[in-house]
Amino acid sequence: MDYLNAIVALTNFVLIPATAYGAQLALGALGVTLIYGILRFSNFAHGDTMAFGTMATIGATVVLQSWGVSFGPLPTALLALPFGIAATIGLVLLTDAGVYRFYRTQKAAPVIFVIVSMGVMFIMNGLVRILIGPDDRRFADGERFIISAREFKEMTGLREGLALKTTQGITIVVAVLVVAMLFYFLNRTRTGKSMRAYSDNEDLALLSGINPERVVMVTWMIVATLATIAGVLYGLDKSFKPFTYFQLLLPIFASAVVGGLGNPLGAIFGGFLIAYSEVLITYAWKKVLVYTLPDALEPTGLVQLLSTDYKFAVSFALLVIVLLFKPTGLFKGKSV
Amino acid sequence: MVSVKNTALFAAVFGLILLTGFTSGWNSALLILNMGLISAIMAIGVNLQWGFAGLFNIGVMGFLALGGLAAVLVSEPVTPGAWSAGGFQVIAALLMGFATIALTIFVRGKTTGRVRTIVTPLLLIVGFFIYRAIFDPAVARIEAIDPAVSGNIGGLNLPILFAWPVGGVFAAAAAWVIGKTALGLRSDYLAIATLGISEIVIAVMKNEDWLARGVKNVIGIERPVPSEIELQESAQFVERAASLNIDPVTASTLYVKLSYSVLFVIVLLLIFLAAELALKSPWGRMMRAIRDNETAARAMGKDVTARHLQIFVLGSAICGVAGAMMVTLDGQLTPSSYQPLRFTFLIWVMVIVGGSGNNYGSVLGGFLIWFLWVQVEPYGAALMGFITDPMPDAWWIKERLLASVAHMRLLTMGLILLLVLRFFPRGLIPEK
Repeated sequence: MDYLNAIVALTNFVLIPATAYGAQLALGALGVTLIYGILRFSNFAHGDTMAFGTMATIGATVVLQSWGVSFGPLPTALLALPFGIAATIGLVLLTDAGVYRFYRTQKAAPVIFVIVSMGVMFIMNGLVRILIGPDDRRFADGERFIISAREFKEMTGLREGLALKTTQGITIVVAVLVVAMLFYFLNRTRTGKSMRAYSDNEDLALLSGINPERVVMVTWMIVATLATIAGVLYGLDKSFKPFTYFQLLLPIFASAVVGGLGNPLGAIFGGFLIAYSEVLITYAWKKVLVYTLPDALEPTGLVQLLSTDYKFAVSFALLVIVLLFKPTGLFKGKSV
Repeated sequence: MVSVKNTALFAAVFGLILLTGFTSGWNSALLILNMGLISAIMAIGVNLQWGFAGLFNIGVMGFLALGGLAAVLVSEPVTPGAWSAGGFQVIAALLMGFATIALTIFVRGKTTGRVRTIVTPLLLIVGFFIYRAIFDPAVARIEAIDPAVSGNIGGLNLPILFAWPVGGVFAAAAAWVIGKTALGLRSDYLAIATLGISEIVIAVMKNEDWLARGVKNVIGIERPVPSEIELQESAQFVERAASLNIDPVTASTLYVKLSYSVLFVIVLLLIFLAAELALKSPWGRMMRAIRDNETAARAMGKDVTARHLQIFVLGSAICGVAGAMMVTLDGQLTPSSYQPLRFTFLIWVMVIVGGSGNNYGSVLGGFLIWFLWVQVEPYGAALMGFITDPMPDAWWIKERLLASVAHMRLLTMGLILLLVLRFFPRGLIPEK
C-alpha cells in the first residue's frame, strides 16, 4: 500500500485535467446562462461563437508571430486574445442587430428565439469552416510544462509523475480572474446591477428607467468575451477544430442546466460537476487501486466504469437525472 | 385545399429535380428524389410533434439511428455461434440491469428519509457491478468471433422490408421511455434533454460493438430490390434496355433507383394520409387546442400529459421508419455519420421552411431543403469558379474562395432558415 503515489497518480490523471476542463466548461456555461437570464432563450449558437472567437484569436496569433512578437514562456495567443474578443463582440453585436432585435421588438415566444439561434448556429458554423477550414489545429507555443512528470519524479523520488501543463495552469488562473471580475461587475457596478434587475423582473426594471437595449448590448459583449476566453483556453489545452467546438455545446448546456439556467453561480458549479463526473467515470482506476489496496485484492481489469467514448453520455445522463429530481437545476434556475 | 400557389410550389421543386435530371444525369436526380422522399417522411414525423403539439424535440438523430439499428438487427444473417457464445448472457445482463432500475424505483416508493438516500445509490452501485460482471465476459466472447467481418450478434435474417416497421417500433419504445421521463420538463429543458439523449443513443451505437459492430460499421445490408449486377446478367433485362435504347449498365442503375422510389412513395403516401386524417380528426383538433392553450385544454378535462406522450411516440416512430429506410437505401450502417447538424437540425429547417403544422408543407420542405443541401455545393462551385476566373492563379484569396465551396451548405441552410423565419414566419405553406 502506497497512499502517496496513489494521491499523486490521482492528481495527475484526474484532478488536474478535470479542474482545467471544468474551468473551461464553467466559462462556456456562464455565457449560456447569462443569455438565458437576460434574453430568455437557450443559445444554440454558443459553441460556434466560441469557435469564432478562437478562430479570430488564432488569426491574430499568426499575425503576431509573423511580426516576431512572443510572450516569453506563455503562449502568444494570450496576447492575441483582446483582438479575438473584439472581433467576436463585433460579430455578436452585428448578429443581434441583424437577427435577434427584430424578434425582441415583436416580443416573439422564447422558442422562436431558440429556432432563430439554430439558424445563427448554421451560419457561424459555416463561416468558421469557410474562414479557417475544418481541420484540427494546435496554436499553443511557449513553454509546454510548468512541472513535467520527469522533473517531479526527480524532485520527489516518487514512482508516479505529476505533470502540470502551462495551458492547464493558465486556464485555472485566467478562469479565476475572469469569474472574479464578472461577479464584481454583476454585484458592484451600476450596469451589472441593472442587468440583474432586468433578469429578475423585466417590467419592474423597465419601470425604473433601465434601458433594455443597453442591457442587452452589454450582455452580448460579456457573453462574447466569455465565449472567446473559454474557446481559446480549451483550444490551447487541447486543440482547435470547428466540429469539436460545436460538440462542446452539449457538455456546456449540461453544465448550465444542471446548475440551473440563468444562475451564474450554478453555471460554475455545473461546469465542475460535469467535468469531474466525466473524468471520474471514464477513468481507469487500476493504477490508483493497485497502490491503495492490499496485494491480495489487486484488480485484474482496468476498473473503468464506462469507456472513454461515453464522456458525453455521462454529462447527459447526469443532466437528465438532475432534471428529473430538481426540474430547474441544483441552484434555482428560471423557466420561461 | 389545393391552391394554385401550393401546386406551383410543388411543381417548382419537382421542376428543379427534373432540371437536375436533364443537366447532370438521371442517376443524380433519382438520388435526390429518393433521399427527398425519406426526408419528407422525417419532416412529417417532426411536424407531428412540433406542428401539431408544440413539442420541441431536437433528438431526431437518435430516433433515426434506432431505425437504422433495426435494419441491421432484422435483416443481417445470424452470426454463427454468437448466441451460444454469449447472446443469451447479454440478454440476461440487460434484464438484470432493468431489474435493478425497477427494484430501485420500487424501493424508493417504499422508503423515506435517510434510508432512501442511502439505499438508492447502494442498490444502483451493487446492481451496476453485478450487471457488468455478467455483461462484460459475454460481450468479450461475442466480439471475439471473427472480429474482421462480424464480432457482433448478427440479426434475424428476415427480409429487410420487415425492418421498416420494426424501426418504427424501436423508436417508439425509446420515445415512450424518454417521454415518460422528460415530457414534464418545460420548453428549453425538454429540448436540451432530447438533444442529450440522442447523443447517448449514438454513443451506445458507436461503442457497443457486439450489437451492430460499432464504428466498424455494417456494410452490404440486404436490399429489397435486385442488384445492378443481377440485372445486367439477365438477358431479358438487357434486351428490354436495348429496345429502349439505353445501355444496360445505365438502365440497371436507373431501374434499381426507381424501384426504391416506388417503395418510398408507397410508404410516404401511407404516412402522409394517416397524418392528414389525424390532423383533420377530432383528435387532431384536440392536439392543436392543447398546443395553443394548454391550461384551457386541461380545464376542459383533456389529459395533456398523456396526449403529449402519445404524439411524441407517434412522431418518433415515423422518424424511426425513415431511419430504417435510409439505412436500407444506403445499404450500410455507419454510426459515426450521424451528426446533429445533418440529422436533427436540417430536419427542423425542412419543417420550419415548409410550414409547421401543415403536412403538405413538411413534404415540400423535405424535398426543397434536401435538394438545396445536395445542390448548393455544385452551384456554389460554379459560382466561385465564375467569380475567381479573372483572378491570378495561386493567389491565396482565389484558393480560399475555391476551398470555401465545400462549407457553403451550412451557411446557406442558416441563411434560408433565418430569411424564412423573418419574411414567411409560418413557412412556405402555412397552417390553415
